[in-house]
Amino acid sequence: MSTAALMKYEDALAKYDPVLGLEVHVELNTRTKMFCGCINEFGGEPNTHTCPVCLGLPGSLPVVNEKAVESAIRIGLALNCKIAEWCRFARKNYFYPDVPKNYQISQYDEPIAYDGHVDVEVDGQTYRIEIERAHMEEDAGKSLHIGGATGRIQGADHSAMDYNRAGTPLIEIVTKPIEGTGDKAPQVARAYVAMLRDLVKALDVSDARMEQGSVRCDANVSLRPIGREEYGLRTETKNVNSLRSIERALTYEITRQAALLDAGEKVHQETRHFHELDGSTSSGRSKEQAEDYRYFPEPDLVPVAPSREWVEQLRTTLPEPPAQRRKRLLADWGFSDLEMRDVVSAGAVDLIEETVAAGAPAQAARKWWMGELSRKANDAGVELESVGMTPAQVAELQGLVDGKTINDKLARQVIEHVLAGQGGPAEVVEARGLAVVSDDGALSEAVDAAIAANPDVADKIRDGKLAAAGALIGAVMKQMRGQADAGRVRELILEKLG
Amino acid sequence: MIRSTAADLAAKIAAQEVSAVEVTQAHLDRIAAVDPAVHAFLHVDGERALAQAAAVDARITAGEQVGPLAGVPLALKDVLTYSGAPTTCGSKFLQGWVPPYDATVTKRLLDAGIVILGKTNMDEFAMGSSTENSAYGPTHNPWDLDRIPGGSGGGSSASLAAFEAPLAIGTDTGGSIRQPAAVTGTVGVKPTYGGTSRYGLVALASSLDQPGPCARTVLDAALLHEVIAGYDPYDSTSIDAPVPAVVEAARSGDVSGMKIGVVTEFSGEGYAPGVEQRFREAVGQLEKLGAEIVEVSCPSFTYAMPAYYLILPSEASSNLAKFDSMRYGMRVGDNGSASAEEVMAATREAGFGAEVKRRIMIGTYALSSGYYDAYYGQAQKVRTLIINDFNKAYEQVDVLVSPTTPTTAFKLGEKIDDPLAMYLNDLCTIPSNLAGNASASFPVGLAPEDGLPVGLQVIAPPLADDRLYRVGAALERALTSDWGGSLLSTIPELEAAR
Repeated sequence: MSTAALMKYEDALAKYDPVLGLEVHVELNTRTKMFCGCINEFGGEPNTHTCPVCLGLPGSLPVVNEKAVESAIRIGLALNCKIAEWCRFARKNYFYPDVPKNYQISQYDEPIAYDGHVDVEVDGQTYRIEIERAHMEEDAGKSLHIGGATGRIQGADHSAMDYNRAGTPLIEIVTKPIEGTGDKAPQVARAYVAMLRDLVKALDVSDARMEQGSVRCDANVSLRPIGREEYGLRTETKNVNSLRSIERALTYEITRQAALLDAGEKVHQETRHFHELDGSTSSGRSKEQAEDYRYFPEPDLVPVAPSREWVEQLRTTLPEPPAQRRKRLLADWGFSDLEMRDVVSAGAVDLIEETVAAGAPAQAARKWWMGELSRKANDAGVELESVGMTPAQVAELQGLVDGKTINDKLARQVIEHVLAGQGGPAEVVEARGLAVVSDDGALSEAVDAAIAANPDVADKIRDGKLAAAGALIGAVMKQMRGQADAGRVRELILEKLG
Repeated sequence: MIRSTAADLAAKIAAQEVSAVEVTQAHLDRIAAVDPAVHAFLHVDGERALAQAAAVDARITAGEQVGPLAGVPLALKDVLTYSGAPTTCGSKFLQGWVPPYDATVTKRLLDAGIVILGKTNMDEFAMGSSTENSAYGPTHNPWDLDRIPGGSGGGSSASLAAFEAPLAIGTDTGGSIRQPAAVTGTVGVKPTYGGTSRYGLVALASSLDQPGPCARTVLDAALLHEVIAGYDPYDSTSIDAPVPAVVEAARSGDVSGMKIGVVTEFSGEGYAPGVEQRFREAVGQLEKLGAEIVEVSCPSFTYAMPAYYLILPSEASSNLAKFDSMRYGMRVGDNGSASAEEVMAATREAGFGAEVKRRIMIGTYALSSGYYDAYYGQAQKVRTLIINDFNKAYEQVDVLVSPTTPTTAFKLGEKIDDPLAMYLNDLCTIPSNLAGNASASFPVGLAPEDGLPVGLQVIAPPLADDRLYRVGAALERALTSDWGGSLLSTIPELEAAR
């Protein structure tokens, strides 16, 4: 897809210092939209969640959703921002069919929250990210380009508009330039967005589903020769919608820009599109021809002036900061840093915490969520939490394993049935007769049969070559169709031949 | 019957001396007879009007209590949505557009049992002072059919003067209620900004627009004011405060001890002698009735016009952006290969008249990056100075008065090619919109030189709308007693005027 020259990443970072800037859009999970009473819900038949206001019909007027302001303030506080005592909405004017009024109601020079900071950790090192601002705005509708091969506007026969998303409350969080991350830049960006995703989820202000676009990142990066103060020209890669993609897109941009600079060429200040398929980016609209948005204060709305009492009251509703919580859980659970990082990336922190709370050991909880269940979620293309098994069920499953009712192999079968909607783990075991046979009578007969069928192996064990027991255990397990406690089988074999 | 006041008609309907259906039919007949000459209406909805009237009659027959204007017909300016009837705003662009929802003002009218006869003519998107900018041809002044009825709400005021309706609704952005009232010898009130809801008013300039009552008598205007005013949660700029006691004030008309300031800036060069004469005589009447008259200077008013012609086009350029042919209204150039942007541009070129384009261009320019501070920003500062002038004046006086317009009705076609001359019509009315306070125009006689109506403007502090009615009622009582009847009783018969 891309023919751009790239420099080897290590070489690029040996010569150039990347500077990042991240703009993250978070869709709020308020019941209604930002400026009208329409239901705020992902999907739905096209143009069913609409009204005169979010369709921008002549004469209609916006009214601010107070819950969205509350969410914005809580996000601001959680990012250690100052909260404006008085701020206004502004109109961002531009013509595009998915913007029903041909202006977006946003905030311009008076954001609700500003001057904050958060820390993220990568490979044991802490990076401070300065937050420039967090502001409120409305989302646009969606264009569906029909008739082309790619679903993009190029080559399409016609386009259809779905305004269900128009007016969805968004918070845009903008960082100050992030310097000093060196070769960790892509990982720091990833860790920051993962932290934001966890934060808005913990605040319960967003569904935080990157695959549904409820957290979207525009990633800016520029390079400067190591030792130089002045920033280079930057590119902005739009709508990077997964953590992995953020890392890939920035890695690509760094190697692409480095190759340009190294060849004595200039980086074009422009927006770029990311391609999931090969991890490349391609040129979008050039910033030099960027539109003049003609921002001015939105005259249809009155200023937002949150009282200090309200702000302080909201401060008391903040959850434990993600970094602090992660440290606490790391200590409680005894995971390695690498294990914890994977758990965080997979969005499994809450799930494991709930599974542990339901009685499972932490390592066992991690094993199920990061192993079998992650694979299943991946196959089904859903987020882990939507895989179809609850933390309580996972804890129940582990309880059955610990109580030796089932073994690991059977547990995997139980998961299949639970995911198929056939009930909880205990129910499935009961209904399917999946429990291990621990009745010594039945096992003893099977062991005797295995000894009789394998006299040479039996002799080896009698001679003290205990390792040979494995072959007999295998035979017994086969006969019992896996529903036996392998430990008990081994004990019986050794008793009989010992 | 058609010459009765709304208050009398309502009383007779309530007492079952006449039915609402008969009253409505009489007005529909009058419209059929004279509107071909006057052209006050763009759309007459006789069938629904008669059904609404019949519903009122049924309620009265059933012994139900009805509102003080129930059964009285009304003419609605075509800038307010009325579901099921076209709303064109006097523009080709919206020809045939039928809104799916009622403006709050419309809803309140219907809830009060007021019968909506139809939609009245106006300058396109309320831009103009003569109705000559209507895409559907101008309205003619019933006093002299060769003359303008004022604008933008010329249709509403002309319908009153032609006895086609006893009540009308206008909207006032820089004088669009008061200037037509002045040149047609009728009453027009621009309530305090936020006093009446803008929900469903197709916006010209959001920070200036305000719907208001139009009538032939002060009491009728007050009764209508009370029906449409009051807090509306669908309009964020609506004021959550009790409606001023306008009906009580209109019934009282007591101005003794009231301090009335004459604005010195609104006289002299450019003012017709007959206008100044009738204005001074009216002020003399008020003094005779016990008011204290003082001269008040408001030096910043000189800058109101230029400030207004930056703020209004700026807001309008953004408000009118939604007219892009994508969702409703006219569409031009959609030949299957043109881009959305090309279709938008072609439609806006074809759908908007010259004055609309002029203001969109001025506004787009004034908001542009690099010009914002010099134009829009500066105009907002002037706005603050004007508010300060008003506040200083209100320390001395209860209300301010001036001529409503510098001249009487001019001839159709006389100023249409000279936008600046046209803009000067609103010289005296604009400051009140910029400050957001209450103002009104009341008839004070005919100019001796041309025999055409002259209006006196009263301006009161925000939420003191009742003072307008107090002054208006005092003048009405004194002058009609001098004249031996209302001013409109002297209007030439339309058949003769033709």
